[in-house]
Amino acid sequence: MSSLRARTAIVAAADTKVGAVPEMSATQLCVDAACRAIEAAGIGKEQVDGLLTCNAMAEPYMYHAEMIAEYLQIFPRYCMSIGAGGGTTFALVHHAATAIANGLCDTVLIATADAMRSGLSKERAFALMSSAGHPQFESPYGPSIPAFYALIAQAHMHAYGTTPEQLAAVAVNARDYASRNPAAQKREPITIDDVLASRMIADPLHVLDCSLVSDGGAAIILTSAERARDFPGEPVYLLGAGEGHSHEHISQARSLTTSAAVESGQRAYTMAGLGPRDIDVAELYDCFTPVLLIELEDLGFCDKGAAGEFVLAGELGPGGSLPTNTHGGLLAHCHPGNPGSMFSLTEAVRQLRGESCNQVAGAEVALAHAQGGIMSSHATLILGTEATR
Amino acid sequence: MSEAQRNLPPVTVETRPFWEACRDGRLLLQQCRGCGHRQFYPRLVCSQCLGRELDWIEACGRGQVESFTIMRQAISPAYRNDLPYVVAIIRLAEGPTMLSNVIDCDPEALQIGMDVELRWATVTDEITLPKFGPA
Ligand SMILES: [Zn+2]
Repeated sequence: MSSLRARTAIVAAADTKVGAVPEMSATQLCVDAACRAIEAAGIGKEQVDGLLTCNAMAEPYMYHAEMIAEYLQIFPRYCMSIGAGGGTTFALVHHAATAIANGLCDTVLIATADAMRSGLSKERAFALMSSAGHPQFESPYGPSIPAFYALIAQAHMHAYGTTPEQLAAVAVNARDYASRNPAAQKREPITIDDVLASRMIADPLHVLDCSLVSDGGAAIILTSAERARDFPGEPVYLLGAGEGHSHEHISQARSLTTSAAVESGQRAYTMAGLGPRDIDVAELYDCFTPVLLIELEDLGFCDKGAAGEFVLAGELGPGGSLPTNTHGGLLAHCHPGNPGSMFSLTEAVRQLRGESCNQVAGAEVALAHAQGGIMSSHATLILGTEATR
Repeated sequence: MSEAQRNLPPVTVETRPFWEACRDGRLLLQQCRGCGHRQFYPRLVCSQCLGRELDWIEACGRGQVESFTIMRQAISPAYRNDLPYVVAIIRLAEGPTMLSNVIDCDPEALQIGMDVELRWATVTDEITLPKFGPA
């Protein structure tokens, strides 16, 4: 197959209300996101001939994408739900672009939502919290999901001298951007001392090193570059996409400190014909503070082991060399589970259209990266404006 | 809190020999007859060469702390009395890594790279978990 570079474009992106949204179910949030994207695209629902979703933990269906199609009475020729944890969103985009480029469909609606904050039954929430990891070889030892990421953080600190202050700086950056984003769930600015003084969950991770638990949904519409010009919104082109998958369980990882973001990033850069220095704004997966440090290194934005200093120096902030998570990320904007990185994608679209509430002046190229599981599945997207095609 | 509420490994036909050996105080790994690769957890095939001829070998029981964290919040009431407890990745002397607890130690004194050795923790009549303590 010839390269996917600039073969497809995002023509609409939309978020639902996020945070605590008890008045809506997970399915309603997904449908709300879908309808907002269809409206933003200025098309009728009958023009959607591809539908991709991810299942919702709060309201799962055996065939989730078919359920959403049925609910909206649309009849796609390409229809699938994908589960790759937090990496789902960008894997969905990668699959959708491949499908469009190969003629399987023309216009794909990608809609994801969950209600992790308001929609889980007590029993389900308890089960999720109390049974993390491999059922035979991890879970009996009583680990939590934060603990798995704490193992990664400790290894990074040991190998490279990364400090708790540097981890905290990631959370401070997210809140700073969120403080200027009226849609964000947590908008009060915080300091490094606030993070370090917050309750310890699993050393070295404090509660403020951990992302939020949220309700929310987001959707985009992807179509071929040729058709994209017929839509009212400014097209945002998919210049590069790449994935890397290395393990499921952290105790079986090849490395605790270097991830498959190396591979996913290289694949996306190669397709785009671009490198880390060409990126104007980044939206990176920040479910826990150490994750963002490892992504900065593995995606080539700084040397291995240097991400802590990079963040502490303010490089991710407004005016820094790599403004990152300009909506507030999973740490401050919202994190409704598997759909979390959809909000990075919709923010990247806003940045490239000049519509972000933390607009990076002249942003032409954005990189969005997500990972799912425990640094298990990685997907990187590089997006660009008309000028970058 | 009763021990029964702890997360117990759902033993399968694939892993029964492993868990039966644990009950007898032996930590088993698999070694490939074709390429010599040693692996944990138990698998149908060698994860290096996909060979199917695997021998069970007994681990010597020594290893090093690859990474660890101190749990400050229990995952369920059954684990609350253990707080603060250590969840660690142990690099076994034979090569493979496994998740476990490090017990019989001051969690604050633990360090990456520290030598540890097997300690057996009986959970039920059927399940004994391989854990580690300072060597
Ligand atoms: Zn072999």
